[in-house]
Amino acid sequence: MLLRGVRINIELLFALLVLGLLVGTLVALLQVYGGRFFGTLASGYAWIFRSIPAIVLLFLFYFGPSEFGVDIPPFFAATLALGLRSSAYQSQIFRGALQAIPHGQMMAARSMGMTRIRAIRLIIIPQALRISIAGWSNEFSSVVKDTTLAYVVGLNEVLRRVRIITDRHYDLAMLAYLTVALIFLLLTYTGNWGLGRLEKRLRIPGLQMMRGGTREA
Amino acid sequence: MSLLIVKDIHKTYGGIEVLKGVSFSLEQGETKVVIGPSGTGKSTLLRCINRLSPPNSGHVWLDGVEVTDAKANINALRAEMGFVFQSFNLFSHLTALRNVRIGPLKVKGMSKDAATKLAMEELERVGLSDKANAYPAQLSGGQKQRVSIARALAMSPKLILFDEPTSALDPELIGEVLTVMIDLAKDGMTMLVVTHEMGFARSVADEIIFMENGVIVEQGTPGEMFANPKNKRTGEFLHKINELYGETD
Amino acid sequence: MAFDWAWLPLLAHGLILTLEITVTCIAFGIALGIVLALMRVYGGKWLSIPASIYIQVFRGTPLLVQLLMVYYGLPSWGISFSAFTSGVLALGLNTAAYQAEYFRGAIQAVKSGQLLAARSMGMSMVQAARYIVLPQAFRIVIPSWSNELILMLKYSSIVFSITLLDLMGVGKRIASHNFRYFEVYIVVALFYLALVFIITQLLRLLEKKVHIPGLGETAES
Repeated sequence: MLLRGVRINIELLFALLVLGLLVGTLVALLQVYGGRFFGTLASGYAWIFRSIPAIVLLFLFYFGPSEFGVDIPPFFAATLALGLRSSAYQSQIFRGALQAIPHGQMMAARSMGMTRIRAIRLIIIPQALRISIAGWSNEFSSVVKDTTLAYVVGLNEVLRRVRIITDRHYDLAMLAYLTVALIFLLLTYTGNWGLGRLEKRLRIPGLQMMRGGTREA
Repeated sequence: MSLLIVKDIHKTYGGIEVLKGVSFSLEQGETKVVIGPSGTGKSTLLRCINRLSPPNSGHVWLDGVEVTDAKANINALRAEMGFVFQSFNLFSHLTALRNVRIGPLKVKGMSKDAATKLAMEELERVGLSDKANAYPAQLSGGQKQRVSIARALAMSPKLILFDEPTSALDPELIGEVLTVMIDLAKDGMTMLVVTHEMGFARSVADEIIFMENGVIVEQGTPGEMFANPKNKRTGEFLHKINELYGETD
Repeated sequence: MAFDWAWLPLLAHGLILTLEITVTCIAFGIALGIVLALMRVYGGKWLSIPASIYIQVFRGTPLLVQLLMVYYGLPSWGISFSAFTSGVLALGLNTAAYQAEYFRGAIQAVKSGQLLAARSMGMSMVQAARYIVLPQAFRIVIPSWSNELILMLKYSSIVFSITLLDLMGVGKRIASHNFRYFEVYIVVALFYLALVFIITQLLRLLEKKVHIPGLGETAES
């Protein structure tokens, strides 16, 4: 029964990560290439969604609309809240990667006649994506655990199920929580392992990102 | 009895024998310069002497006390040997003065006043008393190395080991460091220097040791080595180096 | 769509509790984190492996799970803490794991050449650590710690789920009693934004004050 709850967590995880990736990439591009107005807007967005606690966002997206008569299902609210939040963090990772690419790359691309957009699409983004993987793994680990927060908006994920169990079987409480903890340890490990494999497969010799910095070897 | 005795040092790194039985000695007040192609174990030799990199076999004696003895008080022995690194290794969080002062203060247990006074004297000796409050990042390469020498001097060592002290410096900064080293030699400091600076070797060394492939190929006074090298390799090497580096004052 | 300004003092009270919890758990976390980091870097096998395990477990499991485990789970084993203690304990144990890693990174960022130089002049390992490595590590780690402080400030909001009336807890109460979810939570969000902003600026000032030119950068020294 717990495992069925975990499935919901995983579904939420993927939904919010995809949302985060799409919006995050857009925000990062705007920050770096968007010029003054859009750049500042994007930065502001990122700052706001990183500085408001996840819990508050969840409540806002779930309970907020109900005041206006709109009822949002928990899964959807959680995806929006956590997804947009993740997009803010992902945008920072991606922005760092974009800025880490030496300016010479863009210069070379433009020198052969590419438009800015083509250069970004063909030269900059492929490199930035690879550089981002390390930082993205961090975000992934973070977010895996954050899916449990959806518990507070009533999503029928694993923690809610634990509560149901402990309400009925009081003495099993600690055991139940330990089990959940173990499940998440496994999830995190598997996820990191998977991302590690992905990074190895996509690795280009000479293009590396160190934790907290970049270096071209 | 010699101040420093090195006997039959062997050292293996990652499966490769880098030092294959090196022996020599150093008398008080002598300056000996070790030269040779890169990668022949010269730096390793120095680190074996102060046991930063313990030799696999062989012995080292400093003033009669065996350094390589496992029971030796290595910290006390190191306090009597100065070491100047190619990459300076100044303590980044301390000003120049404090870098020089910390040895006497914390290792030798001097009072703060005495240590500070001593540190200022050494900084003066290397010509950097005006940089006492600068941080390493604010100093040029040559200045960093001179502070590093002052730091070694502040411990009143019996001898100083120099590991390619000028190799990381821009050409125009090498002179200021060599000047300090020449003065030290003239003042009677016992020095063992690994370097490529032939001019220095020629003018200051009491003896030059030529090493290649982990062994000492030849050793002798500068006069002998440059004029009449006994070994063919010695002659070749010296000739090439002289062409490349020329003479420095 | 009315926000009753009378609610502000209530929220302010919650804010104070939030700050209390955050500061306490961070202090606890830093202390424990330093110990763990030292265990990992300087301890032999017997110290560094348990420390490592602790860090992996607390970083690999969700904070909310840890919190609920302490408050709802432990009683089933006979150990009961008050809500405040549970909150601080769970948050503190969690942040300690992250702090340990930051501090360890900072220690390792001090170039090994300096350790060599220290040993070469006769310093023992303890002296070298004490006078050369750790003073630098403490400065290098400050940005990471600042980050963690802000993070904990935000995550402290989860203690509302164990009945604590921190900023979030108060907000939820007011909102659900008055059915004014949107306004109240927006105000709560603004409170957090203001907090984050102010604390970030303060930390930046702190960093400037203890800055030593060239420390911990990848220049040669």
